[in-house]
Amino acid sequence: MTTPTDMLVEPSRKSAGQRALTTILTSRESAIALVLILVVAAATLNTNSFLFSSDSWRDLLLAPSILLLLAVGQSVVIITRNVDLSVGSTLALTAYLTGRLFVDNPGIPVVAVFLIGMAAGAVLGLINGLLVAFGRVPALVITLGTMYIYRGVVLEWAGSDRINAGDMPKGFLSLGTKTILTIPVLTIIAVAVLAVVGYYLRTARGGRELYAIGSDPDAANLYGLNVRKRVIGAFVLGGALAGLAGVVYAARYGTISSSAGTGIELQAVGAAVIGGVAIFGGSGTVWGAAIGAWLLITINRALPILGVQDFWQRAVVGALILAAIVLDRVLSIRRSRKLIEARDDS
Amino acid sequence: MTASGSVALELVQVRKSFGPVVALRSGSLRVTSGSIHALVGENGAGKSTLVKIVAGLYQRDGGDLLLHGQSVDFSSTAASKAAGIAVIYQEPTLFPDLSVTENLFMGRQPVGAGRRIDRKAMHDEALSLFKRLGVNLDPRRLAEGLSIADQQIIEIAKAISLDASVLIMDEPTAALSGVEVDRLFAVARSLRDEGRALVFISHRFDEVFDLCDTVTVMRDGEYISTDAIAETTSAQIVAKMVGREVGELFPKTPATIGEPVLTVSKLERAGVFHDVSFEVRSGEIVALAGLVGAGRSEIARAIFGVDAYDSGTVTINGTTVPGRKPRAAIQAGMGFVPEDRRQQGLVTEASVAHNVASVIRSKLSKLGLITRSSENKAAGPWSGRLEVKTNALDMHATTMSGGNQQKVVIAKWLATNPSLLIIDEPTRGIDVGTKSEVHRLISELAGQGMAILMISSELPEVLGMADRVLVVHEGRITADIDRADATPERVMTAATNTLGATA
Repeated sequence: MTTPTDMLVEPSRKSAGQRALTTILTSRESAIALVLILVVAAATLNTNSFLFSSDSWRDLLLAPSILLLLAVGQSVVIITRNVDLSVGSTLALTAYLTGRLFVDNPGIPVVAVFLIGMAAGAVLGLINGLLVAFGRVPALVITLGTMYIYRGVVLEWAGSDRINAGDMPKGFLSLGTKTILTIPVLTIIAVAVLAVVGYYLRTARGGRELYAIGSDPDAANLYGLNVRKRVIGAFVLGGALAGLAGVVYAARYGTISSSAGTGIELQAVGAAVIGGVAIFGGSGTVWGAAIGAWLLITINRALPILGVQDFWQRAVVGALILAAIVLDRVLSIRRSRKLIEARDDS
Repeated sequence: MTASGSVALELVQVRKSFGPVVALRSGSLRVTSGSIHALVGENGAGKSTLVKIVAGLYQRDGGDLLLHGQSVDFSSTAASKAAGIAVIYQEPTLFPDLSVTENLFMGRQPVGAGRRIDRKAMHDEALSLFKRLGVNLDPRRLAEGLSIADQQIIEIAKAISLDASVLIMDEPTAALSGVEVDRLFAVARSLRDEGRALVFISHRFDEVFDLCDTVTVMRDGEYISTDAIAETTSAQIVAKMVGREVGELFPKTPATIGEPVLTVSKLERAGVFHDVSFEVRSGEIVALAGLVGAGRSEIARAIFGVDAYDSGTVTINGTTVPGRKPRAAIQAGMGFVPEDRRQQGLVTEASVAHNVASVIRSKLSKLGLITRSSENKAAGPWSGRLEVKTNALDMHATTMSGGNQQKVVIAKWLATNPSLLIIDEPTRGIDVGTKSEVHRLISELAGQGMAILMISSELPEVLGMADRVLVVHEGRITADIDRADATPERVMTAATNTLGATA
């Protein structure tokens, strides 16, 4: 046996600045942002108007805003080692609710509609959270069930009815296109939400506990963390953001049918995974997930411009998700091998 | 802090059972402030259960739990923590994805304005904690990949930073080296001098006598005695812990030892085990002894092919078994009874017959179909021979006692007619009465010429059953002791490598 102190790891001698630089250079978020820039650059070189026209600049920022909201909520849930597949149905429910509110209560303030939409989403998230926390059934199964139930509710409620732009006030619909300093209002909303959630996850006890729970639920219990409360909270937040996304959906598209947002929950999971949120919880940031969402949407818009066929457009998204997972796996194997070697050598 | 000498923590006849298994029959303990109290007993004596009750992880079925004279009920770990109890568990529980600092302060991070976590304060406090413990650990690195010793240090630092009035350490030194143990003891003594009450669970008597002032002995889930350390000897403690002749419990019948069946040569896996070479001969019971986490189960799993190894060979009856192919290992004549039979060895929702026949399914199937009657036919003789107490072979395994479940798992492997049987913790979770039946069975199998590799954490079991004891310490075999020379002291010395650490 060697002297025991050799087994211990030396504290980092790097300065705070050096550390920050290393973190930025090696972070997943930067890597994904670089891919995003490359995609935009390639599309712009091919067709100048992809970036350099006022409409396409707005679209570049506006298009990801709905998925961004969902990806942020989804990431919070995934970080706790759960998943929420019902967010697409929640979005449809709240989007239709938004339309109905305007139809049934002419003159209702827009702010009230936003709040009601988020509250409705939060209630649906609460149902998910309660079922997951107390049912002891994997969230995948629970939310698969509620996904169909919530969608069924919209189908029953809306039927073949469709809410059209004419049913909603101009002031609300203009939110979908309005910009402040060339930045669309909906994007500002989405980024503001992102910033608040990102800040909470990084600096609040509750946020850190979400990571702890996802990293090792049993250890979290031994630490005396209130695992149930936190998991329920994550689902409520995910639901509320899906509710917000529903209202935003109504403002942006103006037309709402019962099939709104079908399949978008998987895009949200995909965005989170691409952005470096580990599917087994415990690591990743909402910033990464947001860039992931942006990349997903932008790729879908850029590939047709680059002349890529339909099939390959989808395959590229799939390849991106697989690449992200393989990359994570390879990095984690390399890291743990390095750590083990360092330990054996001492 | 409460005055020294007052009773900090008291348990009176606390009971706890899990289904049919009684883990704690009557646990009593009385710890005073300003003292370090040793809690000793064999594995399975109920110490860990008692600790988990105090920690709020389990709720007691009966008895009294008093903290500073007040009767308390801890419905959760948070409640116990809030009352000022810190527990260091035998196996560290950390969040691998988070930094060392975050692991230390999770759930009670220092917060500044707006309830924002003060990372700098947290980092500084972590550094000062490590300084006090005399360790050199980067508070910023992730917990993933830390050695058990380092993880244990973090657990200790965590408990100290909690400023608890009662600190319970469940075998904290199991994975520590000599110098680290000395540091830990220095900290423990300074905590005692501050008037805190410490409970120290250990199998190493030299440590108990070095550190503690009082000792409580437990056996089979019951309180046996409490003595001042100065007024007792290790021989007296051992006698109380064992309380019976080792021979009575573990009736090893002599068997003719023949040719080598299993030959393991230079087996190596980075970070897990190193240079493992040994033989097991027919009719021989070889025990792999060592502390929890020493790498015994990992070695066994690698031999059987469940886990990979980097280099080395495994030979059975002269043929080399390829790595990572349990099916090839079974064909070559190996059987493996895993540590956690409920999860890995038994389909608890299925019938006894189905379980017994599960590994020989390919032999039983006709045209790819397996009939219930063919399963019953195959399972009958084996279950009968092992005296599995079950009303019918159709009975579900989940309703049986631990001992009978273990027999079903063993029966399952006997149906493959193995020449080597690897058994990991054969009697864990089995009540004392049934234990000897499992032991007799293993002994009989060896008598019939089967080679047996047994992993056990229970020293009396190892000493009573094994023809040869191989002691594993930190992934290496540190001793090969014959039955005649095997004493608890020799095995424990090799397992803790006390000589190596001080040399």
